Amino acid sequence: MAGMDGPVSDALLRLGRHLRAGTVSEDLRTLHQIGGRRSDAFYRDRWSHDKVVRSTHGVNCTGSCSWKVYVKDGIITWEAQQTDYPSVGGDRPEYEPRGCPRGAAFSWYTYSPTRVRFPYARGVLVEMYRAAKARLGDPVAAWAEITSDPDSRHRYQSARGRGGLVRVSWEEATEIIAAAHVHTIKTYGPDRVAGFSPIPAMSMVSHAVGARFVSLLGGTMLSFYDWYADLPVASPQMFGDQTDVPESADWWDAAYLMLWGSNVPVTRTPDAHYMTEARYRGQKVVVVAPDYSDAAKFADEWLAPHPGTDGAMAMAMGHVILREFFVERQVPYFTDYVKRHTDLPFLVTLDERDGGYVPAKFLTAADLGRDKEPEAAFKTVLVDSATGEPVVPNGSLGFRYAAAGEGRWNLDLEGVDPLLTLEGGRTVTVLLPRFDQEGGAGDGVLRRGVPVREIGGRLVTTVFDLMLAQYGVARPSGGSSASASAQETREWPASYDDAGAPYTPAWQETITGVPAAQVVRIAREFARNAEDSGGRSMIIMGAGANHWFHSDTIYRAMLALTTLTGCQGVNGGGWAHYVGQEKCRPITGWAHMAFGTDWSRPPRQMIGTAYWYLHTDQWRYDTYSAEVVSSPLGGGAFTGKATADLLSQSARLGWMPSYPTFDRNPLDLADEAAGSGQEAGPYIAAKVASGELGFACEDPDAPANWPRVLTVWRANLLGSSAKGNEYFLRHLLGADSSVRAAEAALGQRPDDVTWQQQAPRGKLDLLLSLDFRMTSTTLFSDIVLPAATWYEKHDLSSTDMHPFVHAFSPAIDPPWQTRTDFSAFHAIAKAFSSLAAAHLGVRKDLVAVPLLHDTPDELATPHGHVSDWRVTGEIPVPGRNFPKITVVERDYGAVAAKMAAVGPLLDRLGTTTKGITYQVGEEIERLARMNGTVRGGVADGRPSLARDVDMCETILALSGTTNGHLAAQGFATLGRRTGTSFDGLADEHKKITFADTQSRPVPVTTSPEWSGSETGGRRYSAFTLNVEHRKPWHTLTGRQHFFLDHDWIHEAGETMPVYRPPLNMTVLFGEPGVGEGGEQGITVRYLTPHSKWSIHSEYQDNLLMLTLSRGGPTIWMSPVDAQRAGIRDNDWVEAVNRNGVVVARAIVSHRMPAGTVYMYHAQERVVDVPKSETSGRRGGIHNSLTRLLIKPTHLIGGYAQLSFAFNYLGPTGNQRDEVTVIRRRSQEVDY
Amino acid sequence: MKVMAQLAMVMNLDKCIGCHTCSVTCKQAWTNRSGTEYVWFNNVETRPGQGYPRTYQDQERWKGGWELNSLGRLKLKAGGRVRKLFSIFANPLMPSIQDYYEPWTYDYDRLFSAPMQEDTPVARPRSLITGEPTKISWSANWDDNLAGGPELAPADPVLRKVSDQVRLSFEQAFMFYLPRICEHCLNPSCVASCPSGALYKRSEDGIVLVDQDRCRGWRMCVTGCPYKKVYFNHRTGKAEKCTFCFPRVEVGIPTVCSETCVGRLRYIGIILYDPDRVVEAASVPDDKALYEAQKSVMLDPEDPAVIAAARASGIPEDWLEAARRSPIHKLIFEYGVALPLHPEYRTMPMVWYIPPLSPVVDVLSGTGHDGEDAGNLFGAIDALRIPIGYLAELFTAGDPAPVRAVLRRLAAMRSYMRRVNLGQERDESIAAAVGMTGEQVEGMHRLLALAPYGERY
Repeated sequence: MAGMDGPVSDALLRLGRHLRAGTVSEDLRTLHQIGGRRSDAFYRDRWSHDKVVRSTHGVNCTGSCSWKVYVKDGIITWEAQQTDYPSVGGDRPEYEPRGCPRGAAFSWYTYSPTRVRFPYARGVLVEMYRAAKARLGDPVAAWAEITSDPDSRHRYQSARGRGGLVRVSWEEATEIIAAAHVHTIKTYGPDRVAGFSPIPAMSMVSHAVGARFVSLLGGTMLSFYDWYADLPVASPQMFGDQTDVPESADWWDAAYLMLWGSNVPVTRTPDAHYMTEARYRGQKVVVVAPDYSDAAKFADEWLAPHPGTDGAMAMAMGHVILREFFVERQVPYFTDYVKRHTDLPFLVTLDERDGGYVPAKFLTAADLGRDKEPEAAFKTVLVDSATGEPVVPNGSLGFRYAAAGEGRWNLDLEGVDPLLTLEGGRTVTVLLPRFDQEGGAGDGVLRRGVPVREIGGRLVTTVFDLMLAQYGVARPSGGSSASASAQETREWPASYDDAGAPYTPAWQETITGVPAAQVVRIAREFARNAEDSGGRSMIIMGAGANHWFHSDTIYRAMLALTTLTGCQGVNGGGWAHYVGQEKCRPITGWAHMAFGTDWSRPPRQMIGTAYWYLHTDQWRYDTYSAEVVSSPLGGGAFTGKATADLLSQSARLGWMPSYPTFDRNPLDLADEAAGSGQEAGPYIAAKVASGELGFACEDPDAPANWPRVLTVWRANLLGSSAKGNEYFLRHLLGADSSVRAAEAALGQRPDDVTWQQQAPRGKLDLLLSLDFRMTSTTLFSDIVLPAATWYEKHDLSSTDMHPFVHAFSPAIDPPWQTRTDFSAFHAIAKAFSSLAAAHLGVRKDLVAVPLLHDTPDELATPHGHVSDWRVTGEIPVPGRNFPKITVVERDYGAVAAKMAAVGPLLDRLGTTTKGITYQVGEEIERLARMNGTVRGGVADGRPSLARDVDMCETILALSGTTNGHLAAQGFATLGRRTGTSFDGLADEHKKITFADTQSRPVPVTTSPEWSGSETGGRRYSAFTLNVEHRKPWHTLTGRQHFFLDHDWIHEAGETMPVYRPPLNMTVLFGEPGVGEGGEQGITVRYLTPHSKWSIHSEYQDNLLMLTLSRGGPTIWMSPVDAQRAGIRDNDWVEAVNRNGVVVARAIVSHRMPAGTVYMYHAQERVVDVPKSETSGRRGGIHNSLTRLLIKPTHLIGGYAQLSFAFNYLGPTGNQRDEVTVIRRRSQEVDY
Repeated sequence: MKVMAQLAMVMNLDKCIGCHTCSVTCKQAWTNRSGTEYVWFNNVETRPGQGYPRTYQDQERWKGGWELNSLGRLKLKAGGRVRKLFSIFANPLMPSIQDYYEPWTYDYDRLFSAPMQEDTPVARPRSLITGEPTKISWSANWDDNLAGGPELAPADPVLRKVSDQVRLSFEQAFMFYLPRICEHCLNPSCVASCPSGALYKRSEDGIVLVDQDRCRGWRMCVTGCPYKKVYFNHRTGKAEKCTFCFPRVEVGIPTVCSETCVGRLRYIGIILYDPDRVVEAASVPDDKALYEAQKSVMLDPEDPAVIAAARASGIPEDWLEAARRSPIHKLIFEYGVALPLHPEYRTMPMVWYIPPLSPVVDVLSGTGHDGEDAGNLFGAIDALRIPIGYLAELFTAGDPAPVRAVLRRLAAMRSYMRRVNLGQERDESIAAAVGMTGEQVEGMHRLLALAPYGERY
């Protein structure tokens, strides 16, 4: 019989049962009691609370999760996720409960010992300032004296990052800040003032208020998307779009899902459930990751290519798809799609070269000679399969701005069936570059036969024919006609098993290590699934593939898969890139608030990567020529050039912005131009042409050209994104650093950029940061202002990942002396305006801006043919081959007043986003009623922006996504240009107010600001408007581009998708090769993927996250490498390369591949970082081992989709190609 | 027949992303106070791994739970109560703080207060127990994501049982996450271990609680619990444990860990059971029979006899209604995909798990073992990276059959639904192959994939 173990026990228990309040079970085994006893009180009390407030986290992730913040006795106790997202329809999982462990740990910061409670400043600086001010009686004079005296300058700059912070009052802090701004503007120019604050979507008002201050001064806002290397340059290249991707609920629609370089459970934690759940619908999941990652756990198959070789695998998959779905068999869905929505049928001219031909430029209407319009060179040509005649279809760039293009900028083929291939006629040998034979066999040139025809006096072929040649996909006929040479025939791969020929599956196996058969199978399945499901194959792609130097080529090879198979613009299909994107859905309202374009235009917007590259002097450590990226078939555009040369060329041609722009104060230049009696543009162009005026980027180390004042908020530049961290410390800040690299030798230096003998140390006069916690940035700042947290302010949040906007709300008032960013910048602006009124008054500012995307500036460079006026000796023309020059009035005493009101330019000029202008008169009137109006001063009668909620309302009112009236207006405007209908897409009567967003997340409405549709509760997917409403992509052909024909793209050999291996650091910088070494340390690839225990640097110092991880900086490595280097789990190790030093503890795990280590992103120097044995200094951050390497093709501008817009195009701050030596160090560490 | 109601939970490990949001929200709500720094009522373990506290599953060492004596009667593994009473002051079967971990903090204040110095200020770690500087060398989640793999994972007591099947190599790497709370067992060995009668099971819902007024800090419960989910608060000197968030569930809100579960993998529901049959079921001789034995104690809430008996036992109508709608009952019985954690501990745990699918091993994928292709579906189950044997040691006392059956059902759901997804005809034969109907498969799909809030809890 079952029962308890013995009579003694039973007796004891039987005795006990009479002493207890509850009921002991008959078998004496357990004790039951009715709940609600006194002893419950502790837990009941612990759970009780006074209120729950809706807020969220303004952190640089794409979560945008709505949270419940619990408050008891005026104290924030904890947080939990909201679960009240509006339904996505019941046919799929809902968005609740979005969140992650990082967000759940946020309230720890509120009262934590790392909370910045008061304003702080560097003690030595404050002492000097107080003394100088007492003596001189004027804050500006005091600042001028301290910063211009070399000794005092050195005293406080060299103290940066070495402690000695003292508390100061808000009044004194804002006075010093104001004085620094006034002095800089007066002495050096407003473009020497800069602001850095990323990702507006994560807290739009907090971003906009500071950017508005900087922009109204004429200061420079620095880009972040490209700087973070999160911008997939392939997107502007292929789509003419910054990045547009599906919301995560659309993953559910995918029937085949690849996670490629994206660790969804870690980096998209709140969205990951859509992936796990869609599997139950029969979705197949394939994970591509070099390590056995969190995502791989969910895969049906895991492909582990060697890091950085993803492009090779993607090319091989493209090879399989082209062969099996376009050549051996045609799939009507694919064929129709590529004819309508891609450039594959368009004609490309061929130029003779070395006994063969090379692809040159798109054939245009201008070449046909029939079209005399100035835009004819931007109308691309295809062949009508019915007639065999060339046709100029609607929709290319030539129709976008021209008066004659009205109603014709669309994808309507008007009955024409484009010919994809010219096969059947003559074939010529086309030379194509390859880059997979580094230092080895071959001349880097492939010779393949391509069918051609003569049209308009030019030998042409189609993009499709070139693609087959590029991918090595032979025709059934053998791929080469009788005229092909023997060698040419040999170079067509014989089969998938031909390992010697790009881009076969067997070839990729030699590079990636992934079995060829597996790649063939996955490619086939992916395409077959797209065929069966109408394009519902999706690739979630991420930083693992995107943060490489050549990430644009990797992405183009991956995007070829989704575009060839008709997946772009289809729910459940296409690319899903989610790296640092965070869609600011109410973009128009935010942008106009942030850049103060309601008061003055244009604002100064700078490409972040180039800014840091120059001003941290990393360019001085470029010991290689830009030619390393050139194709063996290049024309020599980069030959003998340093990257800095190409950067200056891009600036002077008006391609990319460049701030500080000239080597003079733009306020003085404006006066000078006015005095000349000439128009400013031609005046400046002539001065520059004659050499009397120079670009600042041509002499970045001259003191006149340094950035002087930098404000960092909502960001941790020095603990997180600063690639080349040690160079920042040394040159920008003048602090101690661990740079070990040598500067470029004589023959390696730039030609067009002045080499100052001594590299400056300490360019910035003032580094100001606003934060609520101590970071590597605050530790190095001159002044630190205490910021309110996300639970202490009003703001707005949105993201790519879901279609809602929702609110931040204060759960408590900002405690101690903290202030919201909104309040802090207004305090700074007031202090500034009162000093500036007397010191600066009203000035004219000469602003140079580059040729802009989504404007007629895109027509500046026909055929992408580069002609440098400096070489030809012409006088440049602003707006064509030189930046556009505008003179802007700045009433410096009125900056604070302008900050606090909606300016009058909107009434007159409206708002503009992506080429569509909106009239907002009604909205301004409504805002005047809602926010009230300002009385007196420059803003008399204007809608007020005095409170953060006023700015929230304004952002919502001025954006189509949150104001259906504007969306409808925008679609009407767009429809006139396209001649197609967008009726019924906009929800005309929907007007989202801030109060709406506070009560519940609110779905946005379809708007021409984006490319997808939410109409009728549909899930957002990019480009559905293009596919379904025949709206062109914002590209040259108006279609998705496989082919790019700009001169510099040719130079790089990247006209088509191509495989380029990771940079070779041994060749470039003499670093040891991966795998070299032994007991004393081995060389490994050094990757910095996104962390499980932080969002960038945020939370990496959070006690809860540190407790759940290993409590400080760590480097993951494989058992194989660990054993070779004599390292055991949790040993202290040092990683050293020319850029700096990292000290961390090792995590040895068999989930890591040999030869690669991970130092998860943004483990910074604030927590548990001892001193390094190598440098004797504090061990660095993850970015102490990286540095900036600029890819020249990212600097192209002024040509169709390759034109600048802020965060749309620019050089990426990539960091993945790096290597390091790692070794076991002494286990005795010293702090 | 006597009927009692029990709040129970199922976690779908196949959806767990190992994010630890549950752990953090639980800790913030309940144990972020002095004396409980090291306490995680909810923790998440990477398997293979040692768990928290480390190697807690090694009952040869820790002697948690029950075993059968030579007469086949239940006995606490740590020894009968008599022996316990004699060893109250020296308990070698208590994990030390080092087996949990020594909690720490950092000198954050240095970041502000450091005077001008040679180098950048830094916050170094300091033990919260001793107050001294420390090198961090263990935590509640030290082996997260296979950290320390070849050095640490071999000590995993579960892995040791199947080590002949497993190589800790890159090529054969596998992992999954195991979130754990108190099991609120039907046969709780903690309750039976307490000399003070401070631990009890709530009559109305089966939540196991520590009466804070009665607890004398003997810590026998810590030893008695084989899951090591009773903790000692060294500040108050009393035991504390997961309360199933009773202040919340009493007013109709799910537990913190469930509601904040971003993977949407936790289900809460009512189970009706017959308390008089618990001991008998917990005493079946064969460990492998315990899974079915526990099921046999649970009652069918649709059965008129059960309903009548439940009414007679004083269970209110709305509870009976909840029992009929219980996702737990569906997952255990109708869909048959949830399994108990370590039934061999004989505590009759009431937090059950759906075991995880995993990628197929590369060498086999070439043979067409494709997760959503019905034709070769069943061969693929044995080609998954996570060895069935490992899962069986966790959930079925080593019997692979029930685990294989669950994984086959999950796989069948995927192939069945893929046809629906692609607009093809429904294929009943796929459902039938795993003993289900298409309707049931679609019902399971709704509960597992759509997992609506109102149906999860």
